[in-house]
Amino acid sequence: MDGLRIIERLRERFATAIVETGSQCRDHTAVVDRAAVRQALEFCKTNPELSFDMLTDLTAVDYLKFPGREDRPRFEVVYHLYSLPHNHRVRLKVGVEEDDAVVPTAVGLWAIANWFEREVWDMFGIRFDGHPDLRRLLMYEEFEGHPLRKDYPINRRQPLIGPRN
Amino acid sequence: MAQRTTREMYLGEGSGTGSRHLQVNVGPQHPAMHGIIRILAELDGETVVRGDVEIGYLHRAFEKECEVGPYANAIPFTDRLNYVSPLINNFGYASAVEKLLGIDLTERCEYIRVIMSEISRICDHLTCIGASAMELGAVTVFLYMIKAREFLWELVEDVTGARLTISYGRVGGVKADLPEGFAAKMQRAFKETREVLDEVHRLLTGNRIFMDRMIGVGVLSAEDTVAYSITGPLLRAAGVGYDVRRAQPYWAYDRVEFEVPTQKGADNYARYLVRMAEMEQSMRIVERAFADIPGGPINVDFEGRPIDPAAYVDRGKQGKTDGLLLIPITLSPNLQGQNRAALERVNAADKRVVLPPKETTYGSIEGLMNHFMLLMDGYGIRPPIGEAYFPVEGANGELGFYVVSDGSDRPYRVRCRPPCLPPLAALHRMLEGGMVADVVPTFGSVNMIGGELDR
Amino acid sequence: MGLGTFFATKLDEAIGWARKYSIFQYPFVTACCGMEYMATACSHYDIDRFGAGLTRFSPRQADVLFVVGTISHKMAPVLKRVYDQMCEPKWVVAFGVCTCTGGFYDNYATVMGIDTIIPVDVYIPGCPPRPESVIDGLMKLQDRIAAGAQRY
Repeated sequence: MDGLRIIERLRERFATAIVETGSQCRDHTAVVDRAAVRQALEFCKTNPELSFDMLTDLTAVDYLKFPGREDRPRFEVVYHLYSLPHNHRVRLKVGVEEDDAVVPTAVGLWAIANWFEREVWDMFGIRFDGHPDLRRLLMYEEFEGHPLRKDYPINRRQPLIGPRN
Repeated sequence: MAQRTTREMYLGEGSGTGSRHLQVNVGPQHPAMHGIIRILAELDGETVVRGDVEIGYLHRAFEKECEVGPYANAIPFTDRLNYVSPLINNFGYASAVEKLLGIDLTERCEYIRVIMSEISRICDHLTCIGASAMELGAVTVFLYMIKAREFLWELVEDVTGARLTISYGRVGGVKADLPEGFAAKMQRAFKETREVLDEVHRLLTGNRIFMDRMIGVGVLSAEDTVAYSITGPLLRAAGVGYDVRRAQPYWAYDRVEFEVPTQKGADNYARYLVRMAEMEQSMRIVERAFADIPGGPINVDFEGRPIDPAAYVDRGKQGKTDGLLLIPITLSPNLQGQNRAALERVNAADKRVVLPPKETTYGSIEGLMNHFMLLMDGYGIRPPIGEAYFPVEGANGELGFYVVSDGSDRPYRVRCRPPCLPPLAALHRMLEGGMVADVVPTFGSVNMIGGELDR
Repeated sequence: MGLGTFFATKLDEAIGWARKYSIFQYPFVTACCGMEYMATACSHYDIDRFGAGLTRFSPRQADVLFVVGTISHKMAPVLKRVYDQMCEPKWVVAFGVCTCTGGFYDNYATVMGIDTIIPVDVYIPGCPPRPESVIDGLMKLQDRIAAGAQRY
């Protein structure tokens, strides 16, 4: 299905819960309200016309220092979906405020969401509500902070052994 | 005295016959874990009941490093993501930035990317099969496969100047055109590789021991494979013929013919067969693409002899710029394939991203300014505000780069969708219920590459 | 020089000579450099010629620790543990620029050179080093072994 029609289908189904849509460089994006993200993902997966059976990627972006976005949520969780039977893609995004950085989990829909969400928690400190085992994925437990946040300096080291910096 | 059970003999009085699971820690420094994976396995006798896979021992902050430098700075870091097939990473990242900028590549460049990507893919599969065969005791296969890889690396070195960390991709094109005599060397390298593959087929494919260790081991059903978003050889070994090159063709993949080999077994043996078949397909793609590549052989035809760069600059300084831009210069060997004609063949005609040829830089003020505008801090490649996701078929599956731009000369965020991570996330499913000795071949068959997994 | 000293010196030399051609190495392979390590170990470059072909994947049976590839802070305690488990005399080779200085990974995750954690005898720079430079480093290591020079 064409990307624009996927977005249209989402709009028909979720109306105001689709905060914003956009198309750039042949990629089609829908920004979903956080309250509806779980239903939107489920709809994407189970609707026979969409049937997005693969969660290709799940990541987040920290917009802390992005010019012109001061009034919008600091984080965005980004889902890239792909459908094997229909061979189409779509990108869903959810805005997340810094002081309430929680998103419903997608583990029940795609098994891979487990590790992707652990990685996002590790790197950005965004919690996933309902995740069965939200531990750090890449960094060690002793590590403090979330390194991919824009306010984490790139060379702040927290060595386990050896000299500190 | 009552007869002691075997269990009591090993575990002491009172351990009785009741079952107790044993925790075994495999890795991170275990040779079969390739040095950087830790599996906490819970064993019931020799059966793995539960496996907890821990990764992150090679986390090198790729995504953070990309954010602190200009767009071109990320290219050396992409080399070290999947260090067995670095060319695909290079081109994947470059293509994501090109998508953001809306640049169309020259046709010759598209073919070069296809050719070099496929050579990279062969190297990757060779290493994967060689290493996993070695872990099963077949060291001969490893030696043969690395020998073949060495021939291919010589080829890569001819083109890029380096064996492994090549940094050959550029936004808008590639570093240099293919060198002279590439075709002959490629044919020789492929001849050697085919011989090796033939030998390995005879050594492994029908080998009783190998088959017993691989068939029915590490099975992951097609449904689970899809649920875990696993792509590449693992998905194709489960009977799903998804390949980004075929499903959503990029570069010149829609113009070359190839088959997407699939198997039904969904086990380690099926994965081995898929990889073996893919190598043959990759070689066919390269041969086919090389037959079709536009621009033909590299022939530099010009009037007069090329002059020394220093003399060239002197002439420019003295104001004798009349016709200067038409005179070629002798390039040092490390700039081979970067003369004006060659560079224009393989790079998009876009001054926003592509460095001017050296003749232009040395011989005209516009060229010099163009050169500095691309290299100076705060200038360089500046895509418009926005985001783009570009998937390519890496050796392990779909390798995607998601680039977010804030309009400055540095990427705001670069996300690499690692093709290795989903199979590792599903690894515990492949191990549970199997024997502890099967951890090794199963782990070998998922082809974990640390740089890409942990980034 | 007394006769005793003479023999002791000659004995040391003989032991050094024997040791330098029977290197049992432990490859602590983590990253990209491992690919070049494989290439060096296999038929084209063949480190068997230097008596270093036999790898032991147990630190207790190895005398040379090849640290091949980037060491992250998460991995550092493991490296230290492996080093501590090796019997003396032991030597350490830092293979590749990440292990020498941290290379271009100057960030929160990586160790800035393994010599901040364990002593290093031979540094092989390169990202990754070509097999030729690996062999050069190996020969330098052999000289050190023959001379009985250690840094542990």
